[in-house]
Amino acid sequence: MSEEPLFDPSLKKRKKKQVQFTVDPLGADADPTAPAPDTIEATTADGTAVDLGPATTHERMKLNGETEAPAKPAEEDDIKAMFGDMKKKKKKKEIPMDFVRRVFHPESAYARARPMPPGEAVEDLDFSDLKKKKKSKKKANFDLEAFEKELKSSSGADAGGDGDDDAEPAPAVDLDDDADLGDDPFAQPSAGDVLASVSSGNEAWLSSDRDYTYPELLGRFYESLHLANPSLLSTSGGKRYTIAPPSIHREGTKKSIFANVSDICKKMHRQPEHVIAFLFSELGTNGSVDAAGQLVIKGRFQQKQIENVLRRYIVEYVTCKTCKSPDTLLTKENRIFFMACESCGSRRSVNPIKTGFVAQVGKRSKNKTG
Amino acid sequence: MSVQNLNSFDPFAEEGDPLGDSQDVGSQADYIHIRIQQRNGRKTLTTLQGLPKQYDAKKLLKAFKKEFACNGTLVDDEKMGQVIQLQGDQRAKISTFLIEHQVDKSTIKVHGF
Repeated sequence: MSEEPLFDPSLKKRKKKQVQFTVDPLGADADPTAPAPDTIEATTADGTAVDLGPATTHERMKLNGETEAPAKPAEEDDIKAMFGDMKKKKKKKEIPMDFVRRVFHPESAYARARPMPPGEAVEDLDFSDLKKKKKSKKKANFDLEAFEKELKSSSGADAGGDGDDDAEPAPAVDLDDDADLGDDPFAQPSAGDVLASVSSGNEAWLSSDRDYTYPELLGRFYESLHLANPSLLSTSGGKRYTIAPPSIHREGTKKSIFANVSDICKKMHRQPEHVIAFLFSELGTNGSVDAAGQLVIKGRFQQKQIENVLRRYIVEYVTCKTCKSPDTLLTKENRIFFMACESCGSRRSVNPIKTGFVAQVGKRSKNKTG
Repeated sequence: MSVQNLNSFDPFAEEGDPLGDSQDVGSQADYIHIRIQQRNGRKTLTTLQGLPKQYDAKKLLKAFKKEFACNGTLVDDEKMGQVIQLQGDQRAKISTFLIEHQVDKSTIKVHGF
């Protein structure tokens, strides 16, 4: 595995660089780094990519800040994407990444920190790259074992009992600061303050003098928010808006019957007419309600399709745009529909249902206007 | 501002319509709607409505037809203006085509199942 890339280096390397990490413009052709990406790839392919990602990118962010390596927009995009996708996960991951570096590989951290001074700028290029690889490799190896520990400890921190959690990183912070800059009078006290005030005070930026990024602050905010009032967490996670699936069956070959419209409308607290109008305009057909209260739709439709449309209806006309709560009321005033939220009290107008252009289908002779 | 007499707004105008119109302009009109209609059997029809004026519908239709390998036509509707009609379900293709050619994604609305 490790020897392979030496023999057929060019192809594999390039692939990796393009697909996986668009990261290293510096040392794309540094030989000793060749085996390293292999391990990265393997781990990522296993599905730990999500775990690895932020940690390494964080490191790279730091590296960027320190070495003043060329800024890489691709990375930043990655970071953004990751943070955008998984804000919740991120905050937990921040902690592990610090841990891994400090607890398991303090030397690597120092080694990384040392060449930063501008005197050794020549070495920097090869060196930093090497280290990047190494680090990510180590991360790959250590992540699994380290991650679990971190998870435990961080969850402990979340719960509130975080005595040792605070105690461990604090000295590390000191050391790191010393190694990194030597003289930063503000870093120390501020770190101490934050540690004292915020229960989980081992944020990534404390160890370096870089500015904190927006996603980090956002993660920190959510962390402290959920710490302060755990009820928010439970409401967002626990209660889900569920509706019985629409029961669709065929009448003849050209009509579909939507049997439980009225039930669903009741569940959504919407007038059946409104829902039906939306269905017809979205599906581009028409139909009628039969004696049993079932909706007869012209055309063949499957349950999945109707479900999709209903989903869109719920997004557009049922859930509150501000608080996402589904208990809203739809009222009509002056020909405009207003949606009032029962839980947060917001009120907004919603788009009227418009059919739009309907092409002529079928025989013209049947169509009176055409 | 505070002097009501100087307003050009007519206080005795019909109340519902101007509001409805303005909402129409704001919300509905500047969307590009992509819809689907069922025909007989498994056949479908895709319509594209609300194309902004700066695009030439005829040329776009030609590009669509070539790209998606389907037939299509341009329909003049009194209310909706020019509407592109294509054979088959081309909704996803149309939207990716438009997005690739720098049409803002948020202005495209795909309807249907």
